[in-house]
Amino acid sequence: MSDDQAVEPAPGLSRRRVMKALGATLGAAAFGAAAAPLLDQEAPDAAALFQRHYKELSRDEKAEVIQRLEDEAREAYGRNVSIADPKPRWRTKFAYAINLSLCNGNGKCVEACHRENNHDRETNQSYIRVLEMPKGTMDMEQGNTTYTHAVPAEGKFYLPVQCQQCDEPPCVNVCPVEATWKERDGIVVVDYDWCIGCRYCMAACPYHARRFNWKAPVVPADELNPEQGYLSNRVRPQGVVEKCHFCLHRTREGRLPACLEACPTGARVFGNILDPQSPIRRVLEDKRVYVLKEELGTKPSFFYFFDA
Amino acid sequence: MAKAAERHPLRLVAVLVLALSLAGCGDREADPDAETGLPDEPTTLHAVLLRPVPGAPRVHVERPDGGVEAVACATCHAVKAPAPDQRGGASLDSFHRGLEMAHGGLTCLSCHDAGDYDRLRLADGRSLRFEDVMQLCSQCHGPQARDHAAGLHGGMSGYWDRTRGPQVRNQCTHCHAPHAPGFPRMQPGFKPIDRFLAPATEGHDE
Repeated sequence: MSDDQAVEPAPGLSRRRVMKALGATLGAAAFGAAAAPLLDQEAPDAAALFQRHYKELSRDEKAEVIQRLEDEAREAYGRNVSIADPKPRWRTKFAYAINLSLCNGNGKCVEACHRENNHDRETNQSYIRVLEMPKGTMDMEQGNTTYTHAVPAEGKFYLPVQCQQCDEPPCVNVCPVEATWKERDGIVVVDYDWCIGCRYCMAACPYHARRFNWKAPVVPADELNPEQGYLSNRVRPQGVVEKCHFCLHRTREGRLPACLEACPTGARVFGNILDPQSPIRRVLEDKRVYVLKEELGTKPSFFYFFDA
Repeated sequence: MAKAAERHPLRLVAVLVLALSLAGCGDREADPDAETGLPDEPTTLHAVLLRPVPGAPRVHVERPDGGVEAVACATCHAVKAPAPDQRGGASLDSFHRGLEMAHGGLTCLSCHDAGDYDRLRLADGRSLRFEDVMQLCSQCHGPQARDHAAGLHGGMSGYWDRTRGPQVRNQCTHCHAPHAPGFPRMQPGFKPIDRFLAPATEGHDE
């Protein structure tokens, strides 16, 4: 069709005006569609909206927040949960070690973490990844988690990776809102109610240890772990980052982490690095230990060793 | 900690002095950020418990009337001559025929007591209860026994902090079958849906 055959628009109805009207209509429709998920969400109540940073909460405010979270959980799951806020203990610095001569990659730790920490059931979320590694390297980037054959396989070893609780944590440095920080017992924690979900920390973590809640975790009520911690395994909201917290709701009460208790090979050693009599100190003093990506200077509190 | 105090009496004194000085410091409940577990708490240690192992086993034999009876080892072995060179069950005419033996060059009587088949036998000839099997294993597996005693081998549950609760440790035979102690291969089950699970796609995995 040539230009001279083009239909002359009606007076006052130029092509330009038609296109503008069409664009505005489409734009409004697109905006409506894009905003639909937001409109579906319940508006947060004022208390949640104006809740302050964990570190700024007074004791009374914190009690109110926890009460509200417990009430919400009771409403959502129809059962009682208790959300504790255990503090770092005096003269305690946690460290973890895994004996790679014993670990056979069976993945029971991954599952135990999933159950303990109220992870999303649909995605089998967990803070632990077990990498199948070719023998002869400690470069975790050469590992993969895709194996489904019986373990251990010939020529392979198995490297469970979770948050290394670095003493120089790159994830903490990049957080623009200080929603994640390192506590005095060495655990790097997240205030799920302060996190804005920008995921800078995930990009910064060299161990791929952080997880993002693309949707709110779905846990059947009868599988919910009601023993929860404010900075640990309470059910996270959508759009926030989470990570391994050394099961602080257990370990700060003196108990062993869930992944350690679940390990059928006894490969995991956990404890207080400041106690000279502790098993973890025995590992550091008597075994040749490795850390992952040592060259980055992150100073992990997580060690790996082999039986000599 | 108790051991540390024995070895360093000065530390105990220091702790006591610190405790006395803290006792006069007033209400520490007022500070919400105060760390808990101050040194004036009692430091008695809870026990390291060993998960119990079963005692002498019973063999299930068929009665003439068709029922099944659990009988003690000595029931048959009291009237059978010991076979000092027997290794495993495959060459036997009756009993223990399915018993697979994959434990070095050991014979039955390396570990079982020919004088009382309901007991075990240490290398020096001393008789041992089945419940004390760890002593038997430790004769040859010294490094493992050392690491187990230090809490580095065998797995545990309960408390890492024994000032607050006990710890339960497995024994050798909880994880290792005595006649074929190699740890069995396992089938991994649980897998998160994870970006590491998918094979890397060309040019779009970074």
